[in-house]
Amino acid sequence: MEASAFQDAVTTVFREEASRVVAAIMRSVGDFDLAEEASQDALLEALEAWPREGIPRRPGAWLVTVARRRAIDRIRRSAKLEQRLPLLQTETAGGREPDDRLRLIFTCCHPALSRAAQVALTLRAVLGLTTAEIAAAFLTSETTVAQRIVRAKRKIVDAGIPYGLSDETHLHERLDEVLTVLYLTFNEGYVSAGWETSGRRDVAEDARWLAALVVRLMPREPEPMGLLALMSLHLARWRARFDDAGELVVLRDQDRSLWDRGAIANACALLDAAGAIGRPGRYQLQAAIAACHAEAPTYEATDWAQIVTLYDMLAAHDPSPVVRLNRAIALREIAGPEVALREVDAVALDLDRYHLLHATRAELLTELDHNEDAAAALERALELTLNPAERRLLRRRLETVQRTSHVSRRAG
Amino acid sequence: MRYVLLFAGDQSAFNSMTPEDVQAMYGQIGEWWGKHSAAGTITGGEQLQPPNAATTVRHGNGTGGTTITDGPFIEAKEQIGGFAVVEVDNLDQALDLAKTWPARGTVEVRPTVDMR
Repeated sequence: MEASAFQDAVTTVFREEASRVVAAIMRSVGDFDLAEEASQDALLEALEAWPREGIPRRPGAWLVTVARRRAIDRIRRSAKLEQRLPLLQTETAGGREPDDRLRLIFTCCHPALSRAAQVALTLRAVLGLTTAEIAAAFLTSETTVAQRIVRAKRKIVDAGIPYGLSDETHLHERLDEVLTVLYLTFNEGYVSAGWETSGRRDVAEDARWLAALVVRLMPREPEPMGLLALMSLHLARWRARFDDAGELVVLRDQDRSLWDRGAIANACALLDAAGAIGRPGRYQLQAAIAACHAEAPTYEATDWAQIVTLYDMLAAHDPSPVVRLNRAIALREIAGPEVALREVDAVALDLDRYHLLHATRAELLTELDHNEDAAAALERALELTLNPAERRLLRRRLETVQRTSHVSRRAG
Repeated sequence: MRYVLLFAGDQSAFNSMTPEDVQAMYGQIGEWWGKHSAAGTITGGEQLQPPNAATTVRHGNGTGGTTITDGPFIEAKEQIGGFAVVEVDNLDQALDLAKTWPARGTVEVRPTVDMR
């Protein structure tokens, strides 16, 4: 097998099996830290052994066996855990173990853990990413990620965070927490990908895989379906987001023939299925907005009125200034830049540290011929983002605005 | 597991409440405390006098002695006004209790060290 194909195969296996391994060891020993460490040991061992020996026929069983062995090693080294040893030595009879990966996901995304810890723990325990891969994905050091994970696991033990959902009445609150973690992870991958050099793992795809897993595990919940549809719609437009030179292309200028129509149709069907459950939520609404864009043949033919209505509904679920900002962008298409600018200015204070607020203001100000104010807004936006592709786009706009204002000053 | 719920609040906000509101709030706290004590969940706790009644003793001033100062050990807008010791199964249950604390404000949920 070719190296890259082999790598893809390993990624697929790890995604499917890593969380099952943690859950299986967890069932035996009831110790999250131990289960997670032993699973990570097994994955690292697989990364060494599989290139030599090939991927085993039953990779899941291979991983559980190795993880169990590593757990025993770890227990032997710790006298305190000795009484748990017999639990591990009873191999479960063949066949699939019960799928309780949901409990694992809920534990990793417990609200008592910091957001960064939730993300790192989920990627490692549920998806089987190594500490090095997580560090590379989030452009941080391996030590930082390792410490974050160690601290999170220590808190789970010390603070008495229960495994899984201890009380069904918290289901929606906790599910929301899980979806937030997945969406943040997705955005991290989606926004910063495309400019980073090779070797960076596709975090957005990982996040989408996790969302699909939650949909499989909770088929009656509409919001995970909404989130999955939203991610799929974004990814369907992926190829059009950057031009051949690697420059960011804004929605208005994207070549819509590059959009993946099949993926868009699938996402819309999923969204319809979610809608049929009759419990709208913020991910379904965001996906509905993304679907309006995805289904429009051209930018001009977009159903902006529908989008503004959807934003109004979204604001009822999520009255955040970011939602109001995005609504203003849509509003400009039906009510003009002046009305939109008033709306944007209303949230300017709240979003002063958000580069897209200033970038949006700059666009509206340019349209209204306030070039100097637009230049100031673009400079502010540049102070607030480190993403190289976004920075280049903002610089290009700044140069244009400065040229125009220079010309108009001369003319005037 | 045993946890301590540390109830913190803004003294100035408390001072600006009307006597009727204060009365009503104490009524709710009494009811909450009574209910969870009767259930065996709350096993101890106290309401504290306001921070102006606090005196702080600091060790290690370099000479091996101590210094005594007027006031709480940390000056902050929110101050600890009381605490409850609770026995529950896990953090989720402790958090549920904290969420229903009638005086609102801020509640820190801290597990105790198991000495048994």
